[in-house]
Amino acid sequence: MTWTNPLTLLRHGWTRHWNPDRPVRTVVSNLPFEDLKKREQPNRRYEGNAIRTNKYRLWSFIPMNLFEQFHRMANIYFVGLAILNFVPVVNAFQPEVALIPICIILALTAVKDGWEDFRRYQTDQQLNNTPCFIFSRKQMCFVERRWKDVRVGDFVRVLSNEIIPADILLLHTSDPNGVCHMETANLDGETSLKQRKVVPGFSSLGEPFQPQTFDSTVVCENPNNNLNLFKGYVERPDKRRTGFGIDSLLLRGCMVRNTDDAAGIVVYAGHETKSMLNNSGPRYKRSKIERKMNTDVLFCVVLLFFMCLIGALGHAIWLETFSSMPSYIVPDSNGNYTPSVLAGFYMFFTMIILLQVMIPVSLYVSIELVKMGQIFFITQDVELYDEELDRRVQCRALNITEDLGQIQYVFSDKTGTLTENKMVFRRCSVMGTEYCHEENVVVPDRKLILEVDRQMASIQTGPYLDFFLALAICNTVLVSSVTAQRQRVRVNVADLAGAERVGDVLRVKGRRSSSYSGGSFHNMRQWFRKCGLGKVFTSMKFFKRGGETLADPFSIDEDDGLSGSEEVCYEAHSPDEAALIHAAKAYGFTMMERTPHYVTVKLPDEALLKFEVLDILTFDSTRRRMSIIVRHPHTKEIIMYTKGADSAIMERLGNVFSDCCSKIKCVEQWCGWKAVCFSLKVISEQEFRAWSAVRQEALSAIEEKEERLMETANFIESSFTLLGATGIEDRLQESVPETIQALRRAGMQVWVLTGDKPETAINIAYSCKLLEHEDLVFTFSTNRKVLQCQLTNASFRGYSSAFTGPLMEPSIGLVIDGPTLSMAMSDELVEQFVELCKHCRAVLCCRVTPLQKSAVVKLIRQKLRVMTLAVGDGANDVNMIQAADVGIGVSGQEGMQAVMASDFAITRFKHLQRLLLVHGHWCYSRLANMVIYFFYKNVAYVNLLFWYQFFCGFSATAMIDYWLMIFFNLFFTSAPPIMFGIMEKEVSDSTLLSLPELYKRGQHSEGYRRSTFWIAILDAFYQSLVCFFIPYWTYNGSDIGIFAFGTPMNTVSLFTIILHLAIEIKSWTAVHWVIMIGSVLVYFIVTLAYSAICISCNPPSDPYWIMHKQMADPMFYLVCILTTVVALLPR
Amino acid sequence: MMASSYNAKDEDGHLPGSVGSGGPGAVKSKKPDNTAFKQQRLPAWQPILTAGTVLPAFFMIGLIFIPIGIGLLVTSNNIKEFEIDYTGVDMSSPCFSCSQNYSWNSTSACTCSVPFTLDQPFESNVFMYYGLSNFYQNHRRYVKSRDDSQLNGDKSSLLNPSKECEPYRTSDKKSIAPCGAIANSLFNDTLELFYNHPNGSKITIHLEKTGIAWWTDKHVKFRNPGGNNNNLSSVFRDTSKPVNWHKPVYELDPSDPDNNGFVNEDFIVWMRTAALPTFRKLYRIIQKKKDNMTPTLPPGNYSLEVTYNYPVRSFDGRKRMILSTISWMGGKNPFLGIAYITVGSVCFFLGVVLLIIHHKYGNRNNSADIPN
Repeated sequence: MTWTNPLTLLRHGWTRHWNPDRPVRTVVSNLPFEDLKKREQPNRRYEGNAIRTNKYRLWSFIPMNLFEQFHRMANIYFVGLAILNFVPVVNAFQPEVALIPICIILALTAVKDGWEDFRRYQTDQQLNNTPCFIFSRKQMCFVERRWKDVRVGDFVRVLSNEIIPADILLLHTSDPNGVCHMETANLDGETSLKQRKVVPGFSSLGEPFQPQTFDSTVVCENPNNNLNLFKGYVERPDKRRTGFGIDSLLLRGCMVRNTDDAAGIVVYAGHETKSMLNNSGPRYKRSKIERKMNTDVLFCVVLLFFMCLIGALGHAIWLETFSSMPSYIVPDSNGNYTPSVLAGFYMFFTMIILLQVMIPVSLYVSIELVKMGQIFFITQDVELYDEELDRRVQCRALNITEDLGQIQYVFSDKTGTLTENKMVFRRCSVMGTEYCHEENVVVPDRKLILEVDRQMASIQTGPYLDFFLALAICNTVLVSSVTAQRQRVRVNVADLAGAERVGDVLRVKGRRSSSYSGGSFHNMRQWFRKCGLGKVFTSMKFFKRGGETLADPFSIDEDDGLSGSEEVCYEAHSPDEAALIHAAKAYGFTMMERTPHYVTVKLPDEALLKFEVLDILTFDSTRRRMSIIVRHPHTKEIIMYTKGADSAIMERLGNVFSDCCSKIKCVEQWCGWKAVCFSLKVISEQEFRAWSAVRQEALSAIEEKEERLMETANFIESSFTLLGATGIEDRLQESVPETIQALRRAGMQVWVLTGDKPETAINIAYSCKLLEHEDLVFTFSTNRKVLQCQLTNASFRGYSSAFTGPLMEPSIGLVIDGPTLSMAMSDELVEQFVELCKHCRAVLCCRVTPLQKSAVVKLIRQKLRVMTLAVGDGANDVNMIQAADVGIGVSGQEGMQAVMASDFAITRFKHLQRLLLVHGHWCYSRLANMVIYFFYKNVAYVNLLFWYQFFCGFSATAMIDYWLMIFFNLFFTSAPPIMFGIMEKEVSDSTLLSLPELYKRGQHSEGYRRSTFWIAILDAFYQSLVCFFIPYWTYNGSDIGIFAFGTPMNTVSLFTIILHLAIEIKSWTAVHWVIMIGSVLVYFIVTLAYSAICISCNPPSDPYWIMHKQMADPMFYLVCILTTVVALLPR
Repeated sequence: MMASSYNAKDEDGHLPGSVGSGGPGAVKSKKPDNTAFKQQRLPAWQPILTAGTVLPAFFMIGLIFIPIGIGLLVTSNNIKEFEIDYTGVDMSSPCFSCSQNYSWNSTSACTCSVPFTLDQPFESNVFMYYGLSNFYQNHRRYVKSRDDSQLNGDKSSLLNPSKECEPYRTSDKKSIAPCGAIANSLFNDTLELFYNHPNGSKITIHLEKTGIAWWTDKHVKFRNPGGNNNNLSSVFRDTSKPVNWHKPVYELDPSDPDNNGFVNEDFIVWMRTAALPTFRKLYRIIQKKKDNMTPTLPPGNYSLEVTYNYPVRSFDGRKRMILSTISWMGGKNPFLGIAYITVGSVCFFLGVVLLIIHHKYGNRNNSADIPN
């Protein structure tokens, strides 16, 4: 063992220091430097593992939070006003007091932010203090530390079912095969186990890992957020390099499974880990209402401007009327009077301060609160809860709830969204005979069983048997069961030397090693290929050297397998493989276990057949088939079973059974089910050997490896004998047709964008009622570009002219495929295309790429200016989900990428109905009404002050105490609208579901239009006039004081505003009552208490005892009643 | 042969609790509570505006409001009120000569006598007001120009009044008590009433000058500095009088120590700034006669003797003297009664109209088209 000279490493560190932009990071072991101070550590420049996702620290909270809040225009406006108030010539109130509303708003927001931040801090702390094992040189063993102590370069050991604390390069595992399984559910939601393999050469099997011997340098990429890409190499002191990839990296946040312990060196820690870099937090979108609302705020500003102008002019003119200054006009401190024009100019600003409430200060805060409440109720909805997945609907975007109520176009993915993406074996056709199966459960067909039994009994071979054998073994399905686990432990016998040699071979990847005997060589080869193609989902045992050691443990295993045969579980990579193998199992052909070179199948007569696997040609999308080459245990024949898509098999059939073929044709027409054909080929020994040699060469090739592998596969996969075909159905999710119908009735256009082929897509479209049988369906699908251009052009013209007539319009369906779509979306055709689409009831786009999906969404969104919603479940839908106004992810079979990109995540397509029709409608109408109400409320209240200006010489006097004015907006009248925004139920959910047409109200923005806004403003003007002038005429000429005059007005407008809301509320619950009555009570209590206490607390004007005096006066009540009734009478 | 039920969900090894919820083994269902609140199924009362509910409401309003209105109108009409303008704008007016001198600084008292006749007897207590028009006591800067803590007897504020009082804060380097524009513009006309008895004698009518301010103002809000120190002149020694005043604050009513200084009721009344530019303020109370047999003010000829100090010509103001009896609803004001009657009638009328509409068309359209 040679210790690397720390000095050289230090120098290393320095060079790194001077070249911060180096594209790679180098990591060395921390152990030699354990006792050094921090600044001498070689890896000190890399971040530690402690994470901090909270934005603020204790000391920086206030300045930082303020800074963030001042990014909002409204806040700047109010602070500006408050500052304006400090200018003596224009101040309307006590300058300090004028700061209160903005301070309260800022404080409320700060408290909210602070609380959220504190929650983040708590989770961080919890994570940072999670225990983990770090190797310590002093104690020469792994000691327990906290996550936050982990640094880059540390050696960390993770036990089974523990969460990985940082991104670790796997160097050691207890698994004899040098693999470690991890579950990435925390990262992407995929529950299947991912296999990671050790970087070979640093640990020996069966021995404890010894990090102190690690003297190499790890060179890898700088941190990035790509979860599927990682590369680098380990450089030994002797400059030997061993490469590694993502399959050696344990990712932070994942969980180690099925592996007793694993150890490795930390390469990324804390915020630099891949999972943290992927964590982008919730997204912020701005909803349509908010955009509209902002323009209305501008209207309010204009209105305010005019009111202030009136005030300023009025004041100037009023001052002009005096020949000499009366005693009630107070000169400035020098005894001079301000010229009237200048006074008017000052008055303009004073008026702005006085009437500032016109711009609803609390509106933004209230909207945020309301949305939080709405999201709470959406996520709490038990109808949107999925029992199976134990998942609620997730709201990932916090501020576009009301957009759910305005959707006009729905773009849906097909697979996994409309359908289950769970394949069900529905039909098979063997030897030209067709057998059907029930929808949910694979119940063996009686006739077919008879056939099988007959063959079993007589000849032990035949097409039926072969068919089911193919079904059972021609796949990459893994058997995971109790027995499999046990077996893994049992084979843990490979010796150290062997492992090391294996390691050596691994390092020189792809190079042929002659030191291996045929069997083990074979294993290696297989292993390489599997890893290379990234389709490893198995725990393969390759530490076998000779036939003897091989046979032994397996024979024992078979016994075990027999005893627990009913407990077999399959881990299938793709759902259709699972469907097929279950079908085979139902017919008695149970795959008992799969090892890299043996497949054991239990036959219906309980006999076990152990096939030696000679090679597996895995599935890829160009060949669209996979093959397995096995040696039959009895006949010793080499047989290749191939399965694949119908076309992929049919074109390579050798001797054709004509009737069989015609039946296969039928298979293709089976209602769009996926047809999978099985075929067989018997290969002679020498043919195989010849091929095998070529294959080996291809495998070890460095250049053009993929192509050569493909060639070899194509070579052997020819002239099959067709065994039969199966029809696999991708079941529709429950109540998809109903949901689509409901969305249709609600006025939404439903488009389906799928990567699938047109036939399947059309069939699904029919079965989910997207297309009706009486619909006129146009299919655009052409290959030649020029022709297509003309064709589509002509057809677009033709269709759009022909079907603008009302007769045909309602029932056009359009099916278009990807290439044609890109043509249609080219510049010269796009207008016509959009025009055509507007007339179509349903549009179905097949064979579209993810990019095209998002292009279509964007096109419709921009050209038609509509609200779009995209729903999808897979990674191919991410683009589309992000392009749409509202993106919905279906958390289904294909991982969580779609969910991660979405604004809302649901589990079933049918939830869309409730989410849109009920919650969308509610959120929309609630928020729209609340925003309108807020504008109304503020205008109504501000106008009271404005009317008073006509009677006080436009001097910006407020007849209501300033504190009460603040409280009025902040406390007395703020809770009811928020409650209204959260809990109002205009129409019950059952009505909304049964009458989807009600949704159209939101689509056409009927809840919140410009006209609604102006009506509300006019209403506010009327009510404020009433609220002002009835008390005015009542008290005119009497000895009423200013505040005594303002108190009834304040009270009256409180009643009016609250009762106005009460009229708007369509359903009253206990909460409503409590809040409404509570608001009124709080008003009286606060006002009474305030006017009882405040003798000289608020100089210069104190409302002492005024409320009491007023409340003792019967006139007060009479005025209140009359005014409220008159103000609300029109409603 | 067995039939196998296939369900991929069972196979994909999903471990509840491992997704999102953190620690392993935390098998906690995320199923939302099925409570009425969380499911938004709270029992709700849904008021639906139908003819059945709205029509009775209209009639109710009508039936309640009209009697209230009549009651108010009758009460208002029973209140006797007499008002006389003594500004002296016209040449013929007795106060014309006095009104020409509108400077605050004139030291010589100008008096004038305004005769008037009461046609009806005034029963019970009669309130005597002075009224000013076009006097914007509600001007923002004016309203603010006071120091409540000084008026509350705070010693430090007495000598160092609030800045709000500027420019009436100090004069001759002494602080002004009471400071501010409101105090400075205190109404300082003196009004006296005489009854010209038919037998020719001129009887002075006793005017009560206490009891005109709010009890709380007099006893809590306004207090003389130095507590019960009766020697007010020494308390206010270091202060100067407001510039427009003829006499310092401790001489407002030398005869009655409880009505002197800051607690002088005329002063307190003035300090409660009026809401509207035309206002009246209570000046004196004429107590009803003890015997209850003769009216407080019998019909006949009276004369109002005015010591004319207060200039109003600069702002085109008017000064009035008002005599009024009082009821539970305050002064005479027919507006509220008329308004109640009007609203009640309108409601009733609307109710009738809607009832007719409802009867005619209601069978066809059950949800009567009532505006919102």
